[in-house]
Amino acid sequence: MTMPFGYASPEQQVRDKSEYARKGIARGRSVVVLTYVDGILFVAENPSTTLHKISEMYDRIGFAAVGKYNEFENLRTAGIRIMDTRGYMYDRRDVTSRALANAYAQTLGAIFTESIKPYEVEIVVAEVGLTAADDQIFRLTYDGSIADERGFIAIGGQSEQVLTSLREHHTEGQPLATALRVAVDALTAGAPPGAQNGERTLTAGNLEVAMLDRKRSRRLFKRIVGSQLDGLLEETAASAS
Amino acid sequence: MPDPTGVAGRLPSVFMTPGTSSFTDFLSVAAPDLLPGARGPLPAPVTDAAHGTTIVAVTFPGGVIMAGDRRATQGHMIAQRDVEKVHHADEFSCVGYAGTAGVGAELIRLFQVELEHYEKIEGSTLSLDAKANRLAFMVKGNLGMAMQGLAVIPLFAGFDTETGEGRIFSYDIAAAKSEERTYESIGSGSVFARGSLKKRFRANHTQDDAVRISVEALYDAADDDSATGGPDLIRKLYPIVASVTADGYRRLTDDEVGPVVDSIIADRTQNSGG
Repeated sequence: MTMPFGYASPEQQVRDKSEYARKGIARGRSVVVLTYVDGILFVAENPSTTLHKISEMYDRIGFAAVGKYNEFENLRTAGIRIMDTRGYMYDRRDVTSRALANAYAQTLGAIFTESIKPYEVEIVVAEVGLTAADDQIFRLTYDGSIADERGFIAIGGQSEQVLTSLREHHTEGQPLATALRVAVDALTAGAPPGAQNGERTLTAGNLEVAMLDRKRSRRLFKRIVGSQLDGLLEETAASAS
Repeated sequence: MPDPTGVAGRLPSVFMTPGTSSFTDFLSVAAPDLLPGARGPLPAPVTDAAHGTTIVAVTFPGGVIMAGDRRATQGHMIAQRDVEKVHHADEFSCVGYAGTAGVGAELIRLFQVELEHYEKIEGSTLSLDAKANRLAFMVKGNLGMAMQGLAVIPLFAGFDTETGEGRIFSYDIAAAKSEERTYESIGSGSVFARGSLKKRFRANHTQDDAVRISVEALYDAADDDSATGGPDLIRKLYPIVASVTADGYRRLTDDEVGPVVDSIIADRTQNSGG
């Protein structure tokens, strides 16, 4: 029996799709999600002030993504719809990041298996708990793999370099300004392809920052912008690497 | 969730289809049975459901106050003494209802999600006028039930971040929206509350004055309308009072409303008003 023209084994197809997705993701800049004393901080290098990589999902749940904008935007919108429908149908307390992460994992997995082109995205779903011990950070990749992380995570292009820096400098219970500095330094360490380390500086102008602050009430997600962001960056400016 | 086009193992396509920022519109596709008004044909007119009564709203330079009594009635019976008819709508607005309690509570719950959903999807908030219009659509959707006896109307108030002033929107049962520049009251005690507000309203009064005349208007409504509850000093149940200003929505605590109630009662003890 002859093989159909252009046959590729399942192993080969999976390898090709993974490589394709990884290449797509590697072109973008990284996003860092890390815990601080009062919650979870999201920091992205993002020159756009309107196209967000970080978003509010529900009362205690935030979202961060890298990769192809239309693809993660589609997933973000779907996530908000699921969360709002669940909260409206049951109760606000019954909306959990685990359910959202599972829905994303199944969706990404199905798209990876069934479609010719996988989604070129990497996603973080994070939920701030009543105490630091209850904080949850889920990382989802293009093939539907899911992992829960403690303390910090970096996704996107140069995530290995960024993670190395985070491992070195992140500790539990850091104040907000310190955690922001740790994140910014880590993002700086992840130089994009072609650029030399330390060539670019990350300022309030090209950072997108948000937090889930457990000291707030009801909706805990808050973007940090303008003078508040400037102030936080200035607090630790002396220790900038 | 009914979605015949969903592919096994994926999020149902209804979630994944790009489209509207309106939660109500989305719900009408994803789960229409969750929408207020989607109850199918109703039997004979119903009249014995619990009813909420009087809500007042008063503007002052820089914001608006909304207050509601705590009584729900079922015919001549007091159904509940501590019902909450004034609610947070979003950061810069509040909403209250008068009429059938079940329908009103559902309307407000959906309205809250509607505003929040738009905000999360779009990354920006609706204008105050757009929020008022969204509420009008929801009232309109309830017209069929209103005709069956399950009538409810909301009162909407907020701080307009563009103009820097407090604004009030009222509705009739057929969703006619009208803006009130000064004060408004809805519900069975509204006739008496409005009379009270008319005599006490001043264009340049302070937030504290607005709280005082709102609570006093509810007192006057309770004085003459059996369905409106007065302050319950025995159980320490005070009117719900909310303020919306440039600082956002804030519900006043009992420690703030209590002294206002006490001072009104002290004044009325001296002069009962006839």
